[in-house]
Amino acid sequence: MVSFMLNGAQVQADPKWNLLEAVQFYGINIPTLCHDEGLTPYGVCRMCVVEVGDQNRTKLVASCMHPITEGLNVRTHSSRVIKTRKMILELLIARCPSSKKLQDMAAMLELKQVRFDPLNEDCILCGLCVRMCEEQMVAKAIGYAGRGTDRYITTPFDMTSDECRKCGACMYICPVCELRCQGPQASTTLCSGCINTEPVCAPDYGEAMCFMVPCLSCVKKPEDVK
Amino acid sequence: MTIDESRLDSIIDEYNGEQGSLISILQDIQAQYQYLPREAMDYVAMRLKIPRVQVFGVATFFKAFSLKPKGKQRIHVCMGTACHVRGSKMVLEELERKLGIKAGDTTLDNEYTLETVNCLGACALGPVVVKNEEYRGQMTPIKVGSLLDTKKP
Repeated sequence: MVSFMLNGAQVQADPKWNLLEAVQFYGINIPTLCHDEGLTPYGVCRMCVVEVGDQNRTKLVASCMHPITEGLNVRTHSSRVIKTRKMILELLIARCPSSKKLQDMAAMLELKQVRFDPLNEDCILCGLCVRMCEEQMVAKAIGYAGRGTDRYITTPFDMTSDECRKCGACMYICPVCELRCQGPQASTTLCSGCINTEPVCAPDYGEAMCFMVPCLSCVKKPEDVK
Repeated sequence: MTIDESRLDSIIDEYNGEQGSLISILQDIQAQYQYLPREAMDYVAMRLKIPRVQVFGVATFFKAFSLKPKGKQRIHVCMGTACHVRGSKMVLEELERKLGIKAGDTTLDNEYTLETVNCLGACALGPVVVKNEEYRGQMTPIKVGSLLDTKKP
């Protein structure tokens, strides 16, 4: 076992775990997108960023790919992390505003605006389908092609292939091919349908985080909470 | 197109059929055929026991690999900064118009392939056009005609 600091608390974890698994083991909720328990971590969506390091020497790392080392100082909800996470989500939504999963995540992170022009693409290149096809379905029918901004997911030679059994697992796991709810602002980049308009009790948590759900349960009396 | 499997076998055997030698194998195939035929990539995937999509991914990732057949003569127009400010865009447009193709394409008679490069490191000569490894400096849209065979329309 290795011991490390998690939001100011001394905790222990199995050295074989990655940081995300340890953080989730201690019940702290980090938004993830390209992570799935049955698949190898890939570290592309960066939604699971956490801050590691001491005082002025901190850095942001993707927790799903980061190993746990003795004495690691991890903050999962510092203001820097929250700001970065919102920016990453903003960029993802600008690419794929039609995704329900991304819109739900925006409501969860209380993202209020998207400052980028929507691209309306249908893929965020999270690689879930590629890993699903290879690791769980053992078909290896889809993969990446091209490079940089031209990168896309495809079948060999962009043609229907014998490897594909049409099992549909890639569509099952895809976070963006599910349509978002047709709420009051169905055509806007950010539908804000489920956004929590209540004020949060503290603007940021620094070292620690609040576990009260719903928010304000620390100041509200039980009869106030419906 | 039919491919000669014994030729591919000799290339693959040179690398002992190692999966890690995929790029080297594809380079050797490209040296033989001037491009990567689809059947050859299928065969390589089968021999190396790797997914076909992985071979396709590597072949599309690198600009050095081409999935389209190349013409007999290859013309590269430098689009680097120095060549750009000295009018390489007009040179390219003139070539495109003369050959009737866009950059990256091959003429229908498989004679010419027109490509752009980002810098050839010969900025003092700019705009540079390379025809079959032969460097021609200080190109202008007028001089371009001398690069091509006059018998072509």
